[in-house]
Amino acid sequence: MKYVDEYRDRAKAQVLVKEIERLVSGIKIAERRPIQIMEVCGGHTHSIFRYGIEGMLPKAIELVHGPGCPVCVLPMGRVDDCVAIAERSEVIFATFGDAMRVPGSRKSLLQAKADGADVRMVYSPMDALALARGNPAREIVFFGIGFETTMPSTALTVLQAEREGISNFSVFCNHITIIPTIKAILDSPDLHLDGFLGPGHVSMVIGTAPYEFIARFYNRPMVVAGFEPLDILQSIWMVLKQIKEGRCEIENQYARIVSQAGNSPALEAVARVYELREFFEWRGLGSIDHSGVKMRASYARFDAERKFAVPNIRIADPKSCQCGEVLKGVIKPWQCKVFGRVCNPETPLGALMVSSEGACSAYYQYGGVKRQREDATIEAGVT
Amino acid sequence: MNIVPFIQTRPRGKVHVPTVTLAHGGGGKAMKDLIDDVFLDAFDNAHLAALDDQARLNLGALARYGDRLAFTTDSFVVDPLVFPGGDIGRLAVCGTVNDLAVGGAVPLYLSCAVIIEEGVPVEFLRQIARSMASTAREAGIEVVTGDTKVVNKGACDRMFITTTGIGVIRADVDLGAHRAMPGDHVLVNGLLGDHGAAILGARGDMALQTPIASDCAPLHDLTAVLLAAAPATRCIRDPTRGGVATVLNEIAEAARVAIEIDEACIPIRDEVRGFCEILGLDPLYLANEGKIVAVVPAEQSQRALDAVQAHPLGRAASIIGCVTVGEPGRVTMHTLFGGRRIVDMLVGEQLPRIC
Repeated sequence: MKYVDEYRDRAKAQVLVKEIERLVSGIKIAERRPIQIMEVCGGHTHSIFRYGIEGMLPKAIELVHGPGCPVCVLPMGRVDDCVAIAERSEVIFATFGDAMRVPGSRKSLLQAKADGADVRMVYSPMDALALARGNPAREIVFFGIGFETTMPSTALTVLQAEREGISNFSVFCNHITIIPTIKAILDSPDLHLDGFLGPGHVSMVIGTAPYEFIARFYNRPMVVAGFEPLDILQSIWMVLKQIKEGRCEIENQYARIVSQAGNSPALEAVARVYELREFFEWRGLGSIDHSGVKMRASYARFDAERKFAVPNIRIADPKSCQCGEVLKGVIKPWQCKVFGRVCNPETPLGALMVSSEGACSAYYQYGGVKRQREDATIEAGVT
Repeated sequence: MNIVPFIQTRPRGKVHVPTVTLAHGGGGKAMKDLIDDVFLDAFDNAHLAALDDQARLNLGALARYGDRLAFTTDSFVVDPLVFPGGDIGRLAVCGTVNDLAVGGAVPLYLSCAVIIEEGVPVEFLRQIARSMASTAREAGIEVVTGDTKVVNKGACDRMFITTTGIGVIRADVDLGAHRAMPGDHVLVNGLLGDHGAAILGARGDMALQTPIASDCAPLHDLTAVLLAAAPATRCIRDPTRGGVATVLNEIAEAARVAIEIDEACIPIRDEVRGFCEILGLDPLYLANEGKIVAVVPAEQSQRALDAVQAHPLGRAASIIGCVTVGEPGRVTMHTLFGGRRIVDMLVGEQLPRIC
């Protein structure tokens, strides 16, 4: 398949893996401990598992699966709010598919649907707007979720609704921003990360400039990466090359999509419709300052939070859940006390088990050949 | 002995209203007219025409086919009712025929129970019944008994069909997932995921125009060809809901073996690959309605492959992997890219990813 197969070429992958092995053998820290590289984006996590990339890398490289799955990090209280809105008789609640399974304290949207709520799966916020046009007697609420990747499409839909004078459409805004989140991770005291793979789709919107602080103030290299397996291997190679050469820069592997300045019409739409929240609650990471956006007062009539009274109750993460430590790379998913036992994709307890992009769910479903290898070593008493 | 019961010819009733109403499920003349007009007219066989409470099948005649009965049932609730490559009627016949065929049985008789929501156009019902009848002819099977219920608006989604099938298994055929052994080869008869992609595309809620048609087809002839070429075949399964990934996991679990498949050998058409790429779905989990997964001993696998490829429903057949002594129940895939990953059971429904 054109434009896809070129990025999945096995022979090129083998060359890159050889180059990666050569680089790693020359990096000093790898003699003491694994080099930890975090992929921030859930899309990368998914690709890494889907193509079995972890198993191709030398053991001295440890990929840490970051917080970049917006579905995973949504806290229970917000899901409860969603369910409360969806259960109103006048509401059609439109949502992306994989957000339907996220557990709230009472139920998920999937369960709410089974109990009679009118929950519809859509592929784009524009589909939700079409529902609003087609059902003038109902209130259509779109579940706005995601990082800067999906933020512009929600904003543009609101602007379109405004132009058309549609009054039965609103957004339950749970959009979050990437930069404060990366900063929160970098500020945590138990951090060992040596470098980052930057999120490709978010960067398509915001550009690469906002990441400069990572290199300048935290002395960590970052490479903005594409989502095909060769993209990921090449980006890992680029991060390692920086480490080897003692550089800390923001590099762009995904130049075919991402520019330094980002996408200005998208950023304008975002700035027009949203403003930063003082703080936003994350599953697994707690409250992070300025990490979420809400609708500006001038778009209040499209804001489901203002339109409908929501319970807005903060619900603490389950105590046994170690998502935060997994997110920061302190422990591996299967080292969590509840992994695979109480917490599994059928009945997820923690954030990372919820979506197929979550690190724990990915481990559970796709497993890691590397993990099997490590488990076998542990069983054999070799450390 | 003749298994066709003696019947008196009688004039058949006719429905003169455009839509099905509750009266057509009431047990009176309206119902009889509907059965005559729609089902008897389409299925047209002596067993059914008697309209007794049961079809009576001659045991001696059945025993000529083999020494065990295969008996299976399935309900069909597909949405939309008509999709590229088929409709609920064709699906209802193929689904049950295939459940018999993959057990090594010759499919012989089918029942057809239909639950209809009031308001369904009678002409549409005729169209579905005709589709069932022509598929049954294709499968060499007769619809010999049935039932019709009409329910209130909203009590069902236009039409549900349940078919139950009876087939007979030859004395020398013994298939079972538990029989898979390390060294065996895993064969599929063609391009995977067509049905799942066709249905998702036809629902229209993804706003994607797909030229993909369902692979819905009766597989009894293909399985017979396979068993003739590879009599030591261990098991055959039809990878419907949950797709090939689920069936492989079930086989690995039942036989306490591992299965390794090679992504490079898995036949998937470009349209389905593209569809899955866009929606974030995995074609290994998409439903098929005209595919088999067969576990065949290595020494017979080439003959099996040649025979299946010579069949019209097996041209794109491929050996996709083998059974190994690895961790029992574990299915792994060597990716095209050169990595390796675990192919696990699907949890819940495949939901498209957001980004």
